[in-house]
Formats: sequence, C-alpha cells, structure tokens
Amino acid sequence: MIRSHVLICGGTGCTSSGSQTLQKAFNENIAAFGLAEEVKLVQTGCFGLCALGPIVIIYPDGTFYSRVTSEDVKEIVEEHLLKGRIVERLVYRDKEADETVKKAASELSLSDTNFYKSQKRIVLRNCGVIDPDNIDEYIAMDGYAALGKALTEMTPEEVIKVVSDSGLRGRGGGGFPTGRKWALCAPNKADQKYVVCNADEGDPGAFMDRSILEGDPHAVIEAMAICGYAVGATKGYVYVRAEYPIAVTRLQHAIDQAKEYGLLGKNIFESGFDFDLEIKLGAGAFVCGEETALMTSIEGNRGEPRPRPPYPAVKGLFNRPTVENNVETFANIPQIILNGAEWFSSMGTERSKGTKVFALGGKIEHTGLVEIPMGVTLNTIINEIGGGIPNGKKFKAAQTGGPSGGCIPASLIDTEVDYDNLVSIGCMMGSGGLIVMDEDNCMVDMAKFFLEFTVDESCGKCTPCRVGTKRLLELLDKITQGNGTLEDIDRLEELCNYIKQNSLCGLGQTAPNPVLATLKFFRDEYIAHVVDKVCPAGVCKGLINYSIDMEKCIGCGKCAKNCPADAITRTDYIAPGHKLASFTIDTSKCVKCGACVAGCKFNAISKK
Amino acid sequence: MKSLAELQAIKDRMKSKIVLREGTGEIRVVVGMATCGIAAGARPVLNAFVEEINAANLYEKVTVSQTGCIGFCQLEPIVEVFEAGKEKITYIKMTPDKVKEVVEKHLKGGNVVTEYTVAGAN
Repeated sequence: MIRSHVLICGGTGCTSSGSQTLQKAFNENIAAFGLAEEVKLVQTGCFGLCALGPIVIIYPDGTFYSRVTSEDVKEIVEEHLLKGRIVERLVYRDKEADETVKKAASELSLSDTNFYKSQKRIVLRNCGVIDPDNIDEYIAMDGYAALGKALTEMTPEEVIKVVSDSGLRGRGGGGFPTGRKWALCAPNKADQKYVVCNADEGDPGAFMDRSILEGDPHAVIEAMAICGYAVGATKGYVYVRAEYPIAVTRLQHAIDQAKEYGLLGKNIFESGFDFDLEIKLGAGAFVCGEETALMTSIEGNRGEPRPRPPYPAVKGLFNRPTVENNVETFANIPQIILNGAEWFSSMGTERSKGTKVFALGGKIEHTGLVEIPMGVTLNTIINEIGGGIPNGKKFKAAQTGGPSGGCIPASLIDTEVDYDNLVSIGCMMGSGGLIVMDEDNCMVDMAKFFLEFTVDESCGKCTPCRVGTKRLLELLDKITQGNGTLEDIDRLEELCNYIKQNSLCGLGQTAPNPVLATLKFFRDEYIAHVVDKVCPAGVCKGLINYSIDMEKCIGCGKCAKNCPADAITRTDYIAPGHKLASFTIDTSKCVKCGACVAGCKFNAISKK
Repeated sequence: MKSLAELQAIKDRMKSKIVLREGTGEIRVVVGMATCGIAAGARPVLNAFVEEINAANLYEKVTVSQTGCIGFCQLEPIVEVFEAGKEKITYIKMTPDKVKEVVEKHLKGGNVVTEYTVAGAN
C-alpha cells in the first residue's frame, strides 16, 4: 500500500539540471531500502521555481526540497522516507524567513512562501501536482469533466456564451476576446472546420506554453475538443515546435491515451460529436507563430503570412473556417466551463479577467514560471514572487512581449499588469516572457539584441519588414559602436514608425517596438551613446576601454596570461612599494572580453 | 469510455491514490520511525495504518506520516494522533492488530482506545 508520493519535477528546467538521473537514483534507493511497495515516484510538470531545480516534493508532508543532487537521494530516502526525519538542509525557505522565523520544516507550507503566496494557479493548477503521462491522474483532478458537461448538458451556443461572459482574452499576446473569436467562426458553414492550437512559442525567454504542454497536456486536448464542439469543428491540430521534445512526446502520449479512452474520436460521450487531434511539428521559424503563417505551414507550404481579411474564422486552414488559440488560452477553458463565467470574471481587472502565466528570466533571483491574477503590480511580481534582483543590484526595466514587446522602466514598477495598462504605457502583455534587467544592462544593446532576432526571423515576404528591420539594425550597430549622431536617432524613430504601419503581418508591425519603447523611456542612454560616446551600463564594446592602474598593479601577470588577444604587456615602470613592473593594455589590440578584469585580484583594471 | 458514469468511476478510483498530494487531513497519525522504532516493529505498524485507513475509506480525513525518535525508546513502536482542537493521543507498544482496533474505534468511531495509550498503561 502506498503511503508516500515522491514528486520529481520533469519540466525542461529541472530536466536540464538533472532530474532524470535523480529519478533513477530514487528508484534504486527506494528499492534498496525495501520501500517499493510503500512509496510511489511520480514525474510531474513544472513547479515554477526553475532556478532552484531539480525540485522534489514529498507527500503527505508536502516537504519541498530544492537543488537536490543524486548524492542527496540516499539521505532523503533513508532519513525522510524510512525514518520520517526531514532533511532540513535541503528544504526550500524564503531568504528573509530564514533570519526571522525559524519554522520547523514540518510546519512549512509551500503556499506560505513568498514565491507561491501571491500566485493563483488556474492554468498551472496541475503542473507539479499530477503525472502528465497518466490520464487517470488528470481525470482525478476533474479532468474531462468539462468536456462531459459541455457535450451532455450544454448547447454549442451556451458554451460560447460562457466563454464570452468569462471575459477570457487571447493569451498569446494579442488579447482578442476568445468568446468572440469562437462566435465569429461558429455560424460559418463548411464541409470541414478546424481548431488549431498555437504552440509555436518563439519569444526569447518564454517557456509558458512549453511548461503547460509538459505538465498538463490533457487540459489543452480537452479544451480543443470543447472548442470543436462549440464552433462545429471535428478536426484539430496542435502546431508545436520540434525544439520542444519533452512537450511533443507527452502531448502525443496524452492524445493516444485520450483516443484509447474514447475521449477523442467518434461519438464522444455518446453525444454524436466527433473530434480528432493531430500534432504538426514546426521547424522553429518565429513567423510561424503568426496565425496565418502557422496555417500556411500546416498546409505544407513555406511558413509565410497572408493578408487578412479574410480572417481565419471565415477562411483559415485549407481555406475552411478555423479557430486558432494559444496553449494558455485553451488551458483556461475547462476550468471556465466547470466553474462558470462568473467565477473566472471575478478574478483580474475590469477588462482583463483571470490570470496570466509569466516566465521570469534575466536578472532575477527566482527564474521560473509564475501565474498571477491580472492586475497584480510589477513590483509584486519582481520583488516578492521573483525574490528581487540578485547581488544587490538596482532594477532598471522589465522587458515583456519579447521581440514584439516593449519595456517597463523602474519608474513604472507599480503598474498593475493587465492588457490595457501595458498598452497605455507603450508596452504590451505579450505571451508572457518577462525579462528583468538591472543597472548593468544597456537598453540600446537590448533593443539591438531583439532586432538581430527579428532580422533573422523576418520571412522576407514584405519589404518594410525584410529591408526595414535590417536598416534599423544597422543604425543600432552604428550607435553602439560609437559612430552614431543625433540625426540617427531621429531616423531610427522615423523608420520604426514606417515599418509598423506598412508591414504585412504582426512580426513586422511589432518588430520596432523594442526600439520605440527604449527610445521612449531611455532616450538619455541613446544620447549618451551618440553625444558623449559612452555606454552608461558599460556593455557596448565599441564604447568601453579597459585600462590598468599602474600604481595598483603588482605585476603578477595574471591578466596578460588571461588575455586572448595578447594585448597586455609588461612596462618598465615599477610602482612604489612593488617589486615587479606594471602591465599595460594596448587598446588597439583589446577585444574587450573582460577576461583581464575577471583575473585581477587587486582591482587594478578598470572599465570605462 | 462511453459515459460520464465511467469517467466518474475512474475519478473515484484515482481520488484515493492522489489525495495524499492535497496536504494533511484533519487527523494526523504520526508513527515514530527512528532506529528504536523500526527495531521494535514500527514498519509493519506504519503499513498497517495506511492499509486500514484506506480500507475504512478514511483517506481524505486522516494522513499518516512518520517522525524520528520521540524519546521513549522502550515504549516503541509509539504512535501519536494529532487532531485540531484536541489533545494529542499517544499510543505505545503498537502492533498491526492494535492498529486495526485504533482505526476502527478511534479514527472512525472517535473513541480513544485508552488501554493502549501512555496514560492507560500507567
């Protein structure tokens, strides 16, 4: 009889920090201590605290172990599982709590930690709780009950009404009301209609959809079937990038299980409704996350966008009426059907209902995945849930929406995060990537990074995007190398607006956003680059110089040894009190890698 | 699967298996599992609790966990029962047979089996 469950995170973050070997070690040790009949090992989806992975939770106690290594496993099995003594040194605690309240590990509740207490997990409710490879565990958590309810108790119109009334908006970044999208598609007559799930998550730093598919794939399958019923579609596609192998495998496994159980296929719940689902692998082109390009790609063509109208609701996939939603949008649907529109719309702000999942990255203590009600301030997300900025640095800005988004400067940290607030400050919600930057980040360099990305990913179909983004990047290059002028800043702005207005699809229309947002909030940094020829954050290599303070240099030669460009040589000068001659840097040879600074123990090398 | 009833059946069957992950129930049964406890036979006692509680369908109400040495090694296996708002009950020198009785009378019926407690033994 099983008396304890050991949950090991099998999300991408923890997998890369070694949770698979951990699982093996647990299996071996549990067997060695003769506990195989009493303890069950479960691989789950993401718990969210990726920075502290691999994560292991042991129930019924709910003990949360972080940064567990294979060497710790024997101790956990022997001490905790066999003898009931919690391994204190591995228990996760809030940093501050460590000093003030020394609660015994057995009394710690996960939901009391700063990381979890402001979160509201609806989309991620099963992530880190169930085994995504086991359909029965999903069913135990009310899985497929929403599909059953929709098919047996509700008309398609009623389903659409509930989704509309809930106020759910597209979580891929656009924020289009989901119910309206369904309602636009439903009345269109055709021999075949489609439901498409957009799982082509491509923003740098975003991993929300990936984690949902890895942690709770059945929620998406169930939602797509509900959507199919509501709009009269019998065939669905999930377009997911091939770079997400864990997500693809688990989703395929989940689809197979659902088919075996008759939850996909013909005559589901004897309602006469048929629904079939297929995965389409994307090759990783960013533009395929754009809805029309995605459909063109499913059709077997090169992933290029097409002009709208006609909209997908009228002429979508294979020219048939199609509803396309993002993974996170779908993952909300079963809960809305089960709990009702009012329950959902009671959360969030006036025009943005429910919750939003964010992938926290960059200069933040708790890199990971969080879900918060709409309307929570950026301050709460970064400083409370995210644990603040590491190394005592100052928060400078948060980047949202990836290459299509903007940034929120420190002065607006109290902004309540929802669709409309972010748009009103010239930013956007985006799909949920949230990259935190501190004083060491250069905003011009950040804009350049995203432009490099869009230049690479522009499909080339329309000129404003293909050529325009390239020219933008050239201007940014010029500025970061110290060759820019004030006129370049004006040209930059003008070109941005031109690209925005004239590009064919969302990729080009939003590509200038990182430049425009940084120009809006950090224009002084651009000016410092072109007028004063300095990079205030010390990032842009063309604008920084390394030099050795000859009075401080003791002549140990560590820097010269580290230098990959042979730019550091010994001088004849011996500083007073030192025995060896100082070194100097030949700036014409210097590649500005910073290896000399990293090696110097005497703070003799400065970066200006 | 063709009906909602079948779906419900799977849910009911799985609920008992997954309920462990919902945190602790109203009653917490803690078995002393230090070296002294194990030597005195705490493992079969622990397993008996898990089995009897499931058999009696008390799994949502009662959580079974272990603890280290309670300090009264000669009285092991020791089992403590915690219930919010009530005094802690400590059973001593437990055996799988006694467990059956404790589950039936105490956990299900609400009547402490005094003869097996520390107080009762004195």
